[in-house]
Amino acid sequence: MTDTHKLPVDMPASKFPASAKDIVQAGLSRRYAAEKRFRIYGIISVALGLLFLVVLLASIISKGLPAFTYTHVQLPITYDASVIDPEGTRDLDALSGANYAALVKSSLRELFPQVSDRSELRRLYALISSGADFTLRNRVLEDPGLIGAQEMLWLPVDDDVDSFLQMADLYAEAGSSGRLTQEQVDWLRQLEESDKLESQFNSTFFTSSDSREPEQAGIRGALVGSALTLLVTLLLSFPIGVAAAVYLEEFAPRNRWTDLIEVNINNLAAVPSIIFGLLGLAVFINFFGLPRSAPLVGGLVLSLMTLPTIIIASRAALKSVPPSIREGALGIGASKMQTVTHHVLPLAMPGMMTGTIIGMAQALGESAPLLMIGMVAFIVEVPSGIFDSATVLPVQIFLWADSPERAFVARTSAAIMVLLAFLVLMNGLAVMLRKRFEKRW
Amino acid sequence: MSPATILIVLLILTLVSFGLGRSRSLSLAHADQGRKSLHSLPGYYGTLTALWCAIPALVILGLWLAFQTDIITHLVIPDLPAEIQNLPESRLNLVINNLHNEVAGNTFGDPDPSLKPAIDHYIQLQQTSRLALAVVIIVLAMLGGALTWRSISPALRARNHVENILKLLLILCSSIAILTTIGIVLSVLFEAIRFFQAVPVTDFLFGLKWSPQTAIRADQVGSSSSFGAVPMFVGTLLISFIAMLVAVPIGLMSAIYLSEYANRKFRSVVKPLLEILAGVPTVVYGFFAALTVAPLIRDSGGLLGLSVSSESALAAGLVMGIMIIPFVSSLSDDVINAVPQSMRDGSYGLGATQSETIRLVVLRAALPGIVGGVLLAVSRAIGETMIVVMAAGLAANLTANPLESVTTVTVQIVTLLVGDQEFNSTKTLAAFALGLVLFVVTLSLNVIALYVVRKYREQYE
Repeated sequence: MTDTHKLPVDMPASKFPASAKDIVQAGLSRRYAAEKRFRIYGIISVALGLLFLVVLLASIISKGLPAFTYTHVQLPITYDASVIDPEGTRDLDALSGANYAALVKSSLRELFPQVSDRSELRRLYALISSGADFTLRNRVLEDPGLIGAQEMLWLPVDDDVDSFLQMADLYAEAGSSGRLTQEQVDWLRQLEESDKLESQFNSTFFTSSDSREPEQAGIRGALVGSALTLLVTLLLSFPIGVAAAVYLEEFAPRNRWTDLIEVNINNLAAVPSIIFGLLGLAVFINFFGLPRSAPLVGGLVLSLMTLPTIIIASRAALKSVPPSIREGALGIGASKMQTVTHHVLPLAMPGMMTGTIIGMAQALGESAPLLMIGMVAFIVEVPSGIFDSATVLPVQIFLWADSPERAFVARTSAAIMVLLAFLVLMNGLAVMLRKRFEKRW
Repeated sequence: MSPATILIVLLILTLVSFGLGRSRSLSLAHADQGRKSLHSLPGYYGTLTALWCAIPALVILGLWLAFQTDIITHLVIPDLPAEIQNLPESRLNLVINNLHNEVAGNTFGDPDPSLKPAIDHYIQLQQTSRLALAVVIIVLAMLGGALTWRSISPALRARNHVENILKLLLILCSSIAILTTIGIVLSVLFEAIRFFQAVPVTDFLFGLKWSPQTAIRADQVGSSSSFGAVPMFVGTLLISFIAMLVAVPIGLMSAIYLSEYANRKFRSVVKPLLEILAGVPTVVYGFFAALTVAPLIRDSGGLLGLSVSSESALAAGLVMGIMIIPFVSSLSDDVINAVPQSMRDGSYGLGATQSETIRLVVLRAALPGIVGGVLLAVSRAIGETMIVVMAAGLAANLTANPLESVTTVTVQIVTLLVGDQEFNSTKTLAAFALGLVLFVVTLSLNVIALYVVRKYREQYE
């Protein structure tokens, strides 16, 4: 390529008047410099694009990693029968209603006998997460034989304590103790020296649902909500999308109606997603009276949104099946419909599934239309069906991003990492499917 | 019987009618010629019977479920106390909502005694409706199946019938695209018209002040709400413009580099990497904009002595631009690749350098396609929601300063509609009016862009 544009220069001098050659020569260095600059602009643009990607991912990962571990403290817990079950009935209602916080508190008092002042004690108790009670309760409900016994137990600390410990160096540099008081920091030092503090894998993040307390907040409810919503989307958009593509590609006569459909599909692919949310609100919720916040409505809206993607991908897949297949089937007496269902569809199926997975990945990351239909509620329970109130992972991210607590920043980034992991998985699956089944005719 | 049970029963009936239809066709076949005397394969007779069993029943089931609540509510209203019936429509809707909640058992405590007769009647009607639905569906399914079963004869063109029904279903599926568009237009248009009855169109389109708060008492501060949308249009355009300033040069130049300069190996690695940017959900960009980019811009502005809002248009626009880079780049890549090689060769033959060829020949030839792509990108930027909801402000400032906080159409739609609101207030209707504007603008941009791109493609095919 570099030889091409040198040609005029190397030509025999006799064919060009000297002046013309001189003019070209004189401009050459300027033109080559321009060439070099242009190339550098291109490299800079590509590098900028990649840089943005790296910065985006690095900022999310560096913020999110701390959320996957959580500081736990080891406390000797005595399951005092007089606190849990003063009447000795072992009645489940009584057991679940007992004051487990008192057990944690008494254990803390034993560890720090020097603390006696009321307000000091309150600050001491504040070191432990308020969710520790539930851990104790669940253990007792699982095994009532524990009552009266003693065991060493790892319990989660409060979220302020965790963020302090995660960034202890930063705080030490600044000479501040963050939201903790100096005596709380001293107590933590004591615990740390006696190896009673440990950073453990934060399983709560995957097993519990949304909560106002960062240390108890998890993504399970949102994951289940996303799964239910995607299920509805898949069940609706895959069959309808494939059917529409088959009709348009194999049967449709070329007339106004078909043209109208095609124009519509192309336009719908570019309509802002929030408009689909308005449609869902006005039609599904207000007109048909379907429940707000339900995965059913979310799935309906998302399937309308993903249909164009699936139809366009499916049509491309149908187009790539060579006409000889169709002619062969027709030649041995199959009807048009038999040709399509027995021969063309199976051959186009991998391509259609690839398109569907990509559409599903889009739907999984979508949040704007779901805000419109009320999937932004604060929902603590894991949804159990498509009519329950639910939220989805991207909306959970949106909700947490708004929370003022510092620890939610890490939770949000961690939830984003989980979401991105799912997207990578789905797109990887699509690529694999395409590589594995792609046929060159 | 719940709808789920009805569906299961219907499924069983359908399977049974498939078997019956198939065996009847076999039993009717002439003894000497066997199944060859049938017009179609036995399976088609079965399928035809099954389709006639299932489809009418499913249609009725769908319609019934869609309209059941409305009809029952309508029948129950006379049971309400007279003073409630005479309430204005919006208040009546609240009572009816309560009623629905009571019936569904979503409330605590005892219901209002004046609602009691209505609730009882509602529950009674609901039970009757369920029973009637089950009976109607099962009878219809059996009738459909039985009639088809009776009509089976060796001469019946079962395959053609089945194929016609299938084709009809295919047509229906492909018409959903049109139904969706109609649904969007109608749902947005109706509410927007109701909004324009309260607020004149000209006030909305040309008004300079946007404060949708309606006060409860007349003497409250800010009691006069005003719906002038110009600040939002300006804000939207400002953020989209910033986004385009980022996305178009970077996207276009990287497309040029990747398609004209880079070797195959570099391209096969870098292109997918850049496309990851397109696959990242917008809520992630929003988080990135709000928590990383906006503070960064604010702090660096502070170093330069500028006062930068923490929700500056610059942060939102910058991140939106990053999101759109791969969009611009892949669209430009397509059109650049569509320029015939012969045009490049001609230019090289005349002695042009590669960059001269690209700038003066390739880009000019590809210009219509690139413009179309940029228009699509603009429509994307205008309709983008999550980034601006999370990183741009709520206050409707009329300003062109990118360091200040502005608001956009999509942000206002979200703020007006998220949360529990009565559906009839001017505030909620305003969201639909904004939605109408958004839809019309993006739709016209798309139509123009698609037209330009198609025209361009025809030129080189």
